[in-house]
Amino acid sequence: MAHGAGGKASRRLIDGLFAPILFGSAPAPLGDAAHINVNGTCVALTTDSFVVRPLRFPGGSIGELAVNGTVNDLAVSGARAQALVVSYVLEAGLPTEILEGEVRAMATAAKAAGVVIAGGDTKVVEHGKADQMYITTSGIGHLIPGLSISPAAVRCGDKILLSGPIGDHGITILLARGELDLEADLRSDTRSVLPLVEALADAVGAGVHWMRDPTRGGVATSLNELAHDCGLGIRLAEERVPIRDEVRGACELLGLDPLHIANEGQFLAVVAAERAEAALAALRAVPGGRDAALIGEVSEQPAGSVLVTTLYGGSRIVDMLVGDPLPRIC
Amino acid sequence: MRFVDEFREPELITKTADEIRRLADPQRHYRFMEVCGGHTHSIYRFGLKDVLPANIELVHGPGCPVCVLPMGRIDDGLSIAEQPNVIFAAFGDMMRVPGTHGSPLEHKARGMDVRIVYSPSDALKLARNNPDKQVLFFAIGFETTAPSTALTLIRAKAEGIRNFTVFCNHVTIIPAIRAILDSPDMRIDAFIGPGHVSTVIGCRPYGWIAANERKPIVVAGFEPLDILQSIVMLLRQMQENENKVENQYKRVVPWEGNRGALKAMAEVFELRPYFEWRGLGFISQSALRIKDAYAEWDAERRFSVPGIRVTDPKAAQCGEVLKGVLKPAQCKLFGNECTPEHPIGALMVSSEGSCAAYYNYEHRKAAQLTQLTGVSC
Repeated sequence: MAHGAGGKASRRLIDGLFAPILFGSAPAPLGDAAHINVNGTCVALTTDSFVVRPLRFPGGSIGELAVNGTVNDLAVSGARAQALVVSYVLEAGLPTEILEGEVRAMATAAKAAGVVIAGGDTKVVEHGKADQMYITTSGIGHLIPGLSISPAAVRCGDKILLSGPIGDHGITILLARGELDLEADLRSDTRSVLPLVEALADAVGAGVHWMRDPTRGGVATSLNELAHDCGLGIRLAEERVPIRDEVRGACELLGLDPLHIANEGQFLAVVAAERAEAALAALRAVPGGRDAALIGEVSEQPAGSVLVTTLYGGSRIVDMLVGDPLPRIC
Repeated sequence: MRFVDEFREPELITKTADEIRRLADPQRHYRFMEVCGGHTHSIYRFGLKDVLPANIELVHGPGCPVCVLPMGRIDDGLSIAEQPNVIFAAFGDMMRVPGTHGSPLEHKARGMDVRIVYSPSDALKLARNNPDKQVLFFAIGFETTAPSTALTLIRAKAEGIRNFTVFCNHVTIIPAIRAILDSPDMRIDAFIGPGHVSTVIGCRPYGWIAANERKPIVVAGFEPLDILQSIVMLLRQMQENENKVENQYKRVVPWEGNRGALKAMAEVFELRPYFEWRGLGFISQSALRIKDAYAEWDAERRFSVPGIRVTDPKAAQCGEVLKGVLKPAQCKLFGNECTPEHPIGALMVSSEGSCAAYYNYEHRKAAQLTQLTGVSC
């Protein structure tokens, strides 16, 4: 199960099995989308499968996630989504109204994100062979001019920006499952981050060196991947990471690290130090970007790792997530 | 966030750390054991070692219930759940703890009905909602969680819920501290006492540590300021040549404990003559079993339990780490064969286990920061 949770095991599966067989060699640093040359034009291509229980939760549903997730994977690879194709795996007996609700949710999300759903496929499996419904979306997009992002572009001293508060999605889902007797006024943050990415590109262009949407495995996992790929260290100032009290409270109670909790509507950007203030101002000027923050910087040490520092001088290494985050009780 | 931020206030923390530096005799080395795994986790999570002077060494104690549970008990619990129509319910802490044939989570991936619960009463709720299934609650924890298991059993009996049983692994903290103090290689100067356990048992049961063993003990909370303040209190006692039980965590821990919780425990549980602790071996009167009056809800009596015993791999030095004789990184397996993804010893499993905490938060930092040459790029 951990192989699908987005952390270390997922990475090992890609590096150890998929990449050598499918690409024939060690992969270039893994991005959120592949950039492909089609008759002289570079396009970005990506795909993502969505599996979530419950299907609907405060702030969104699987249909919205399926659209926004793929739009966001393209956005953080520096591309504007143009078209998606969608593939449904349905469990026999799934009520029609649930399916219709999700198809409508996808249509609304696609309209909001400015992307066309151009085609799709449906398979139905026996009752009990799937959990209600799974959605896969694949998306194609054209590159946003002026952006050139890659871990290789990241330099010591670069600043790390985060688009808004972390952990809303993961904690919302955890609570929506109803297994914990906890309630909080929280909503998933699922949204397209494209407007924020475009604002960033407009403001600082080539000053953006790297972007990633910290979904499964959270901010810690994304930044560990960056540290691994660029061979430099990441230093985060804990007090600067924006996080709602409800999320902090739930994490404190459950013994979870908010840096490991999934997000569906945020992204991380590494920006040249001298452009960081302009980048932050640009993000904050976009609706939904008010809470954007500068949370840390790239440094030589600790190479390949993420170090979180506190205001009073303590520090800790934050690793990738191993498996799913589990509540700690006893 | 109230009741949290006050205890992470940088200015107060810096002030308290200064006070520690002032009180600590630079000529001597201090070894303080934090008994509770919750403290271990906080110490690493907040990077408190960076704040303390080098001559104050924090030694991680036995207070992580997951870590001290022998693998055979996990195998026993899972073997019950392998019978048809059984739901295996446990805290999230248990889910990644390896049994001989994998952890509860791995059993779930293979089709076992495994549920994470937040409290024993959630497991009872599962039983109410699934009358055609047997719900097995795999109970772990010190006196912190034992009362809620007791109350749940009292309720199950009162409501006559017959499809609910508890596989009881509750242990008690005092015999574990005694085992550590009796250990010939023990070199602890003083104790940071467990906060949550003391909420239930109060501070009196530690009296013998101060009176007979002549070691100071301060019951402490879990925020950075709590832990630092408890170190100040220990250093003051040592400076005055005193050995007392003190309570730093007064906002939560009553000196006399929680009578209601103790009463519920006394109603349901009795001491086992002996129980095996991973890393420490058999300790007499160190664990709880379910009394005859609740036998019907005792999984060990309702089901046939194989009573599996698994010896830890010889190379793993969990016992030495648990007693504070070795640092996690001094174990031969640490970071090589034994990692949080593939734990061999139990201390690597729970994030409260000293090895996992050290691995997650510290060891790469230690390895890499020593290379820091001050060159900025």
